[in-house]
Amino acid sequence: MRLNELTIAQAARGLKRKELSSVELTQTVFEQIKKRDLKVKAFLSLDEKGALSSAKEIDEKRAHEDILGGLAGIPVAIKDNILVRGLKCSAASKILENYVAPYDATVISKLKEAGAVIIGKTNMDEFAMGSSTENSAFFATKNPYDLQRVPGGSSGGSAAAVAANETIYALGSDTGGSIRQPASFCGVVGLKPTYGAVSRFGLMAMASSLDQIGPITKTVGDCQTVFDAINGKDKLDSTSVDLKKEIRNTKFEIKNLRIGMPKEYFAQGLDEHVDKLVKEAIKKLENLGARVKEINLPYSEYALACYYIIMPSEVSANLARYDGIKYGYSEFDKAGDLMEVYLGSRHHGFGAEPRRRIMLGTYTLSAGYYDAYYLKAQKVRTLIEQDFEKAFKEVDVIMTPVSPTPAFKFGEKIDDPLKMYLSDIYTVSINLAGVPALSMPCGRVGGLPVGLQIVGPQMGEPLIFGTALALEQNS
Amino acid sequence: MIDVKHIAKLARFGLTEKEEEKFKKELSAILDFVAKLNEIDTKNIEPTAQVTGTINVFGNDETNLICEDKQIKEDILKNAPAKEGRYFKVKRVLE
Repeated sequence: MRLNELTIAQAARGLKRKELSSVELTQTVFEQIKKRDLKVKAFLSLDEKGALSSAKEIDEKRAHEDILGGLAGIPVAIKDNILVRGLKCSAASKILENYVAPYDATVISKLKEAGAVIIGKTNMDEFAMGSSTENSAFFATKNPYDLQRVPGGSSGGSAAAVAANETIYALGSDTGGSIRQPASFCGVVGLKPTYGAVSRFGLMAMASSLDQIGPITKTVGDCQTVFDAINGKDKLDSTSVDLKKEIRNTKFEIKNLRIGMPKEYFAQGLDEHVDKLVKEAIKKLENLGARVKEINLPYSEYALACYYIIMPSEVSANLARYDGIKYGYSEFDKAGDLMEVYLGSRHHGFGAEPRRRIMLGTYTLSAGYYDAYYLKAQKVRTLIEQDFEKAFKEVDVIMTPVSPTPAFKFGEKIDDPLKMYLSDIYTVSINLAGVPALSMPCGRVGGLPVGLQIVGPQMGEPLIFGTALALEQNS
Repeated sequence: MIDVKHIAKLARFGLTEKEEEKFKKELSAILDFVAKLNEIDTKNIEPTAQVTGTINVFGNDETNLICEDKQIKEDILKNAPAKEGRYFKVKRVLE
């Protein structure tokens, strides 16, 4: 096995026993990137010099003191909407093409504190808007399992980099499925944490009431390791919260586990092979002693419509900051007056999808339409949240597919926004309810990975990890 | 019918005629789709803005480390498309 193929746990063990050095590990990762990324195109930018120098630093530290954490000296790739001080951060948008992050996101400060080696920034759909990376202003990332197919999105670069062994793990962000769907398409593990569990400070805001940063890893155990390192209340994000201790310390036992299968998620539109694989995974847990029960989430069918009001509304407010004045692409020199600076910079700086969503949100928030759209959607959001609350009185976790189909081909959905939006049909409700969910591989169809989604109640990450570990160990 | 030109102006975008046509079609399709929510009676339902249950999180009246870091201030200004000294440069606002 080559070093770049290691999991976090394996690499940490090797580093601790001094069987390998962080410099060797980092070098091997960059060798793989040079070889493989010409085809996969997972990265927007690399920081080989910076990475090797932090790797060296960690190796030296390790030579002197033994007590280094489980992430020390291990390479990580970061989605390009998360700020890493001194590195370009473009969110795959022309409007931020040459933007250099002036400070670290809180998750980055935490990873650096833990000794992580940041190797580069990964491709994504522009401002995290999309499900295929085809909306990147620069290029699309390819699925390592089939280069004719999309890696999913928006964190497609992060998921593809992990799957192609171009990094040991990665960070992504998830507003409506942007960690879980690419993780499922690329056959890796991805977690969308409880809303507020991970600080959003330094994450470029898309839809603030839905956005969360989370890990993309090769195994469930690795996912837990990264989540443990990045979660927690942060003074710089007033929506962040601490995981409750009593939940964190609950002992997990598979025979006590009650699994809910929502009828609405195994209905028309779901690929029959995906359906079969997801049900087989659930069956495995049942055979291990878990109890499985059919449940109802009656407002599921409204989740996507609700999401496509709330998300664009928040997008339109958040993306108002890209004005051609403070940073990024600007037509200041061309424009006659202030209005022309705005109109020109935003017209030519943003791609079609951000503009579509900004306009949609501007419309749904505008005078006379606010009540009919935004307020209405917020009320439906309450009903969707209550669906989950009720369900979690009867079951501990909920299991569903991540996406209706495995990875689709380039060009298949890009000309029809609504068709593209439907690939998030099983994931957006999770963000609306603010609950955590993990995507893990549960088999393949025609060589393409399929993902199982494990949903927990708010702060229920330990339950999700317990369940996912049990399944992984028995696969 | 959605007045795309007006919305684009509110959103501060320029818009070509071709784009206007395209967006009009796409946005109308999406608005038709989200109109599905009207099937639900939400008369006595409270709206949800966020889900953590936190209300009015106040901080102490102090600057955070980032505001105090001189280098960060400089790096922020380095990203400005137009500047003069320590200031962002903006087109004349008042005539």
